Amino acid sequence: MSLATQLPALQVAVPLLTAPLLVLLRGPGLAWAAACAASVMAFVIAISLTASVMTTGAISYAMGGWPGPYGIVLEIDALGTLVLLLVTGASTAALLSGRASLGLDIDAGRQHLFYAAWLIVLAGLSGIAITGDAFNVFVFMEISSLATYILIAAGPDRRALTATFKYLIMGTIGATFYLIGVGLVYMMTGTLNFADMESRIADVSDQRPILVAAGFISVGLALKAAVFPLHLWLPGAYTYAPHVVTAFLAACSTKVAIYVLLRFDFFLFQDNLVGHTMQFAVFLVPLAILGILVGSAVAMVESNLKRLLAFSSVAQIGYILLGASFANEAGLTAAVAHMFNHALAKGALFLAVAAIAMRVNGLRLQDIAGIGRRMPLTTAALAVAGASLVGVPGTAGFVSKWLLLQAAFAQGALGIAAVVVVIASSLAAVFYVWRIVECAYFGNAQAPGDAAAVVTEAPLPMLLGLWLVVIANVYFGLAPELPVSLAESAAADLLRHVP
Amino acid sequence: MSPADTILLALVLPLCGAVLIGLCGRWPNLRETITLLTATALAAVVWSLTPLIMDGGRPRLHITELFGGLEIAFSVEPLGMLFAALAATLWIVNSVYSIGYMRGNKEKHQTRFYICFAIAIAAALGVAFADNMLTLFLCYEILTLSTYPLVSHKGDAATVRSARVYLGILLGSSIGLLLPAIIWTYVATGTLTFTPGGIIDGFIDGPAVGLLLALYVFGVGKAAVMPMHRWLPAAMVAPTPVSALLHAVAVVKAGVFTVTKVIIYIFGVDELFAEPSGEWLLYAAAFTIIAASVIALRQQNLKRMLAYSTIGQLSYVILAAAVLTPLSEVGAAIHIVAHALGKITLFFAAGAIYTASKKTELHQLAGIGARMPWTMAAFTIAALSMIGVPPTGGFVSKWFILAGAFQTDNYVAIFTIILSTVLNAAYFLPIIFAAWFAKEAPGGKDHGEAPWPAVLALSITALGTLAFFFFNQPVLELESQLMARIE
Amino acid sequence: MELFGLFNYWVFALLLMVGFYAVISRPNLIKKLLGLSIFQAAVFLLYITMDKVEGGTAPIIQKGVDDAIYSNPLPQVLILTAIVVGISTLALGLALVVRIYEAYGTIEEDEIQQQDLNR
Repeated sequence: MSLATQLPALQVAVPLLTAPLLVLLRGPGLAWAAACAASVMAFVIAISLTASVMTTGAISYAMGGWPGPYGIVLEIDALGTLVLLLVTGASTAALLSGRASLGLDIDAGRQHLFYAAWLIVLAGLSGIAITGDAFNVFVFMEISSLATYILIAAGPDRRALTATFKYLIMGTIGATFYLIGVGLVYMMTGTLNFADMESRIADVSDQRPILVAAGFISVGLALKAAVFPLHLWLPGAYTYAPHVVTAFLAACSTKVAIYVLLRFDFFLFQDNLVGHTMQFAVFLVPLAILGILVGSAVAMVESNLKRLLAFSSVAQIGYILLGASFANEAGLTAAVAHMFNHALAKGALFLAVAAIAMRVNGLRLQDIAGIGRRMPLTTAALAVAGASLVGVPGTAGFVSKWLLLQAAFAQGALGIAAVVVVIASSLAAVFYVWRIVECAYFGNAQAPGDAAAVVTEAPLPMLLGLWLVVIANVYFGLAPELPVSLAESAAADLLRHVP
Repeated sequence: MSPADTILLALVLPLCGAVLIGLCGRWPNLRETITLLTATALAAVVWSLTPLIMDGGRPRLHITELFGGLEIAFSVEPLGMLFAALAATLWIVNSVYSIGYMRGNKEKHQTRFYICFAIAIAAALGVAFADNMLTLFLCYEILTLSTYPLVSHKGDAATVRSARVYLGILLGSSIGLLLPAIIWTYVATGTLTFTPGGIIDGFIDGPAVGLLLALYVFGVGKAAVMPMHRWLPAAMVAPTPVSALLHAVAVVKAGVFTVTKVIIYIFGVDELFAEPSGEWLLYAAAFTIIAASVIALRQQNLKRMLAYSTIGQLSYVILAAAVLTPLSEVGAAIHIVAHALGKITLFFAAGAIYTASKKTELHQLAGIGARMPWTMAAFTIAALSMIGVPPTGGFVSKWFILAGAFQTDNYVAIFTIILSTVLNAAYFLPIIFAAWFAKEAPGGKDHGEAPWPAVLALSITALGTLAFFFFNQPVLELESQLMARIE
Repeated sequence: MELFGLFNYWVFALLLMVGFYAVISRPNLIKKLLGLSIFQAAVFLLYITMDKVEGGTAPIIQKGVDDAIYSNPLPQVLILTAIVVGISTLALGLALVVRIYEAYGTIEEDEIQQQDLNR
């Protein structure tokens, strides 16, 4: 038994076991280095898992040698590896580049605890992506959520505390809803293993509890995923969290919830419940469209940079759901590809914001006026990542927007409405991204002289990390082979479970 | 070097130039030398492709494949060759002019100006050489974005407001209309590659063709078909070299070039001819020509008048393309060249007048011919070309468009061209008359000609306008390939 | 009797709603957390109820007894985990409330919002 076969377990174990060690490491530098090492290792594991999934197909790993459905089984398929890549990649990029920024936000004496919480988030989110057990998902979800609350509450503004409290309440309600749903499914099928549930659910004679479970699970996960109108926790949490934390969470945390939602829905409910496919679409499409419109509209008038981007996230989650709600291969491919590409774009944007926040007081648009001249590299990165968010050709965002529109065009009349909505929100995105870019490049600094003189480029590690993500945006815009093929096989995987 | 490498070189050269210009920003003389060298080298590279295209070669450069057969790829065909050669050649002249203008007016941010200019040229060449609609769209958007800093160059509130109109209309139309059109085409046909004879035949029929055409024509805001024309007058806040090369040649021609290319290679002339739902384009173009000319009549500001004249002249190209006969398609291609030479001269002259005397309004121009004889001579030649008087380039293209229109007894087109010729004469001739024969208002500033690079540049393009009347054979030969392909 | 057989589920639903209502309606952060705890406790009851087997006993294998009926142990194990999660959540929530009190001097939601608005 070689180490390579243990990779799925190590994916979670490495960050989870490093976290308590960090508590013992007192020096902030040491703690940061250890956290980075664990995160990089997790990223490497995720890459190698992706490689083997792409060549040999899904991996199944029985924890402790107990075979499913009795033991807990880790199931890693294309969709899972894509989410794994997002989670570990976002964590690694944010950690490697964010040390200086976090140093400003968090006391040196508490940094080792902060990094420990970070690794627990990483472990929890990766755990969700690979586990094949419904209750295990709950446990990992709460592990990551509890640690996430800690990360957000570490924000320098006192409003971070109230935002965290709001998130804690809504997040817990979401998780509890999910738990109720899982309980009901367990009651009817007698199993918690996804594969086992799937094979037994068709034989359940009384469908009503399953239907209720589908409702609870969908709403609970929608809360976690900040699906409109359950997104209320998101803007506050993203705005007041430490900037680097926002970059990490915005890139992956909501996507993980959507991942679970998709898995549950397509593995268990689609076509097993009478009329569920229809209900799924009827439930999601209006929410997705409203989320897109409202998120974009608010982002257009919002003047705080992080809040603006947070509302744009609400709209982008709408894109993902819109693609998924078509419940066909093209739509799901678009949704999954957009999960990947939006993570790249939003991660880069929030990293750029973190870099700017290190040098500028305040993050309102007028605060960043004219920084294009003093932080040219950061601002250029911001512009490119913004272009990716808009979906300018040649960037990653374009690929998934294209796929989404293409899928929508094939949907007939409803699809045309979706196309109109997506186009309208793209125009809104042009507007709000342009507001940022114009302010940064062509705006005149409010107080020339005093503040202007000290503003210099962000520290080198920050720039390197930021540009790495930005280059990934361009690379996956020109050579989208990896995300698109992963998304295609993920979509095929999901649909294979629909009889 | 293989032809594919030549295409790559043509695209990369201006970008390298932009980087070098950025590095040499501190030494203006070196910086301008680099601009000129890059422009000259680029023109040489682009021209070196012409013999191959003349012989019917179609070199192709594949960059990357995205997904589902969508590619970023470039290829050269007669129309694109013409546009690229035009833009690259006029860039040299324009660079000479820019040096005179920018230094004469002591403009700020000159390095940014030259960098963005080089990027815009690279994007224009990308549009010219695009092998498919996706690549074209990519370069089209880069062209829009890279010209924004040029338009908003002055940086004051009014300029920024105009520049926002510019960007808003161009980006809005391209994302809101052009992108859906492209995706629709792709979903329906499964390809976006420009193919002689068109690609939609058999996939999209009936009124949908007219709708798709509308999405394309109005989506390409750069073609300035009304009501998508508002950005062009707004862009006049830019320094004159920008108006000259970009808003008389590169950007606007990228627009009509795209429309022509879409008509020939996406719809296919025959397909569109057989489909009555596409006929509206002719009327839209005719309306734009007449309306723009009438508005131009009422302008007091020289550059704004030229902008509306440009809108009208652009729709000549659209009109010619919409007449849908082989002769008129050739006329469209030739008009791209003829109008480019004439309009760049007019803008050069407007800029020279501004540099020498700070005059921008029409009524101030009385008697200026005596002070700036070279400039006004060039202006006169170019204006005659706009009207279509022989021996100028404008006559040749009008001849072909009319000939094409007569072939199909298209009286709308014929009537429009005749009426607009009268209107063109009505707004250009009084200016020329006043400049040469009226008395100068007393108390004006004493001035002579603009700096010599500017005068040199505008003389060259004026000569070009004349020369094009006599030596248009190569262009005709090149574009008659287009005719052969259509037939 | 059907209604009596579902007695536990009625209690579950009632507790769930009571907790949820408290979370939504109370401006006091501590009371919100209390509501959240009740809300979670309701779910514990759901799990515990479903594992009950009529006449079942604790699932411990004894020598000589081979026809015993056992209650399902799995939900009990699951809910132990859920209880731990609930306690952690409550502890973290209370810690947050302490921090909020330090920062704002109050734990009433409306007063906190007022302070943020006035800034």
